[in-house]
Amino acid sequence: MSAPTKLPRWAELGLLPLLNLAAALVLSGLIVRIMGENPWTACKLLVTGALGSQEAIGYTLYYATNFIFTGLAVAVAYQAGLFNIGAEGQAYIGGLGTGLVCLWLGHWPFWAVLPLAVLAGAGAGAGWAFIPAWLQARRGSHIVITTIMFNFIAAALMTYLLVNVLIKPGQQSPETREFAAGATMPAVHELLAKVGIEFAATPFNLSFGLALVAAGLVWLFLWRTRWGYALRVAGENPTAAVYAGISPSRVTIGAMLLSGVLAGGLGLNELMGAQHRLLLDFPSGAGFVGIAVALMGRNHPVGIFGAAVLFGALAQGGSQLSFDLPKLNRDMVVVIQGLVILFCGALENVFRTPLAALWRRKEPGER
Amino acid sequence: METYTLIVLLLAATIRVAAPLLLAALAGMFSERSGIIDLGLEGKMLGAAFAAAAVSAVSGSAWLGLAAGIVTSVALALLIGYACITHRGNQVVAGMAVTIMVAGLGPTLGLAWFGLGGQTPQLDGPGQRFTAIVWPWAKTAREAPFPGLLYAELLSGHNLLVYFAAALVPFSAWVLYRTRFGLRLRAVGENPQAVDTAGISVTALRYQAVIISGVLCGVAGTYLSVAASSGFVRDMTAGKGYLALAALIFGKWRPVPTLGACLLFAFTDALATRLQGVALPGVGVIPVQFILALPYVLTVLLLAGFVGQAKPPKAIGSPYGDK
Repeated sequence: MSAPTKLPRWAELGLLPLLNLAAALVLSGLIVRIMGENPWTACKLLVTGALGSQEAIGYTLYYATNFIFTGLAVAVAYQAGLFNIGAEGQAYIGGLGTGLVCLWLGHWPFWAVLPLAVLAGAGAGAGWAFIPAWLQARRGSHIVITTIMFNFIAAALMTYLLVNVLIKPGQQSPETREFAAGATMPAVHELLAKVGIEFAATPFNLSFGLALVAAGLVWLFLWRTRWGYALRVAGENPTAAVYAGISPSRVTIGAMLLSGVLAGGLGLNELMGAQHRLLLDFPSGAGFVGIAVALMGRNHPVGIFGAAVLFGALAQGGSQLSFDLPKLNRDMVVVIQGLVILFCGALENVFRTPLAALWRRKEPGER
Repeated sequence: METYTLIVLLLAATIRVAAPLLLAALAGMFSERSGIIDLGLEGKMLGAAFAAAAVSAVSGSAWLGLAAGIVTSVALALLIGYACITHRGNQVVAGMAVTIMVAGLGPTLGLAWFGLGGQTPQLDGPGQRFTAIVWPWAKTAREAPFPGLLYAELLSGHNLLVYFAAALVPFSAWVLYRTRFGLRLRAVGENPQAVDTAGISVTALRYQAVIISGVLCGVAGTYLSVAASSGFVRDMTAGKGYLALAALIFGKWRPVPTLGACLLFAFTDALATRLQGVALPGVGVIPVQFILALPYVLTVLLLAGFVGQAKPPKAIGSPYGDK
């Protein structure tokens, strides 16, 4: 009665997301049309703006790095049947951990700072995720609501810290001083220059590699370990999990901790790789984009990588759009993000139901 | 005497902040009582705020603006309904999607239509805004501090939508607890099977609830852009939709306690504005951020069952019917 007919794997993982994405893009084109610009021109500008030059590609992948981290964070929780809307706050507090290490130990050599910065970011992110996780597991507080509340609490806490405590003395804007050289994530163009390849200077940095490693580890964990198996069973069917001797509350806490660890990775890219200081609202919505990325990527690391690059391209191409088409601005990208979440998440059955009906007709006699 | 005036002004500010919260929270109440999580409050409000300001700027009528705000918000509500009721989509995702989409759509359309960097034109013509209604003799009454000042500041001097919000509390309580519709609404959020067995359409009831939520969010959004300020600016809801959701939970999904929660949250907001940089005797400067975070902390504590207990409608979040 409940779940619609199963689709073949390739349709479930390939065709359906593509159809949903196409619907979102067509609707976005329609909005551009209504605004009095040509959707084709806008589309071309988006693509060249995102992939047309070394600089564009660098920026696209730099944005994508953030989205891989937050997308993985949302996905791990989702696999455990939890909706983590708090990746934004977890990334914010995780970045605080990373930032503090960078401020204190920035004069150390990079190879010594990096592991500590990763640990601090992971620890702080996980710590921030722990409270809603514990409340869900032990007191039954709805994790969607508590993580939303924790986003606001994180924002208030960070504003307080940056305005009153961490601010560099003698300046107006609430930012810390710049990190010392040891806390700077090497940029890809610098690394390439060392082996003699020239690449445009962009904030695209080593954290991209760390994000890929994280994606690989998440895959290994979810599909090749007992804990990952337990997590997915508990997410799919909590009742069955209990009979299999899996404790749903332990899975809840474990999944959310991992989710916070992954969200905490954002600070490596954004703070150590790009900003080189702690500042207000540095996650700038990446936690919410992570929801779109996870939904589109079907909560699988490979899909998340693809979706993150797509959203990175949108973020970078969108700023190009606003230069060339006076009637459009970067907010158009936010509209597209919203539409992708709508079609890939909330409206996914719109296409699945007719597709499933199509398959049933193809294979008569079998249901 | 000085303190007394300060307190009265603080309470008046509380009422002004509470009104849109209350409208949105009651909107959420109808939706959530029917079993549909209303994470779209923020988006519906923001959409209505933009539409109301845009239409009021073009037409010169605040009333047309209100109508546009309501129509926009209801359209967004129907979109959520279509996804969650008809297609059994995830309610949390639907609400988030609409909120994010609208956050981009407002400034985008604003730029395309008005060329003001995503804002709408300033509303300064006569009749373009809902302005304060001064009750008879309010000016004279102000001379007498008690009860004159109370009358002048707390009862008189608000715009029409504030009075509408206030009247809505007893009205929704009546609808919810004293009408056939209210009974069915509460039932469908607790046990949709039972409602279905009684021969009443779950789908129709939930759509009605979602539409009511749309209408009220429309009024709330209009309040922000056409009554409380003069025009739409980017992200002008600034999390008020989520704060309203917190108030709804804090009020345990009931009208009168929700009013109390809205007033409490609005009071912390007004207090934070008032205490900005002021050193209190014996305490020193209280960081504004701590006061502003208080509603969220309180809601988490409540959800955790440390202060009272909040039990959501049983069937909330689960789609109904076979597909």
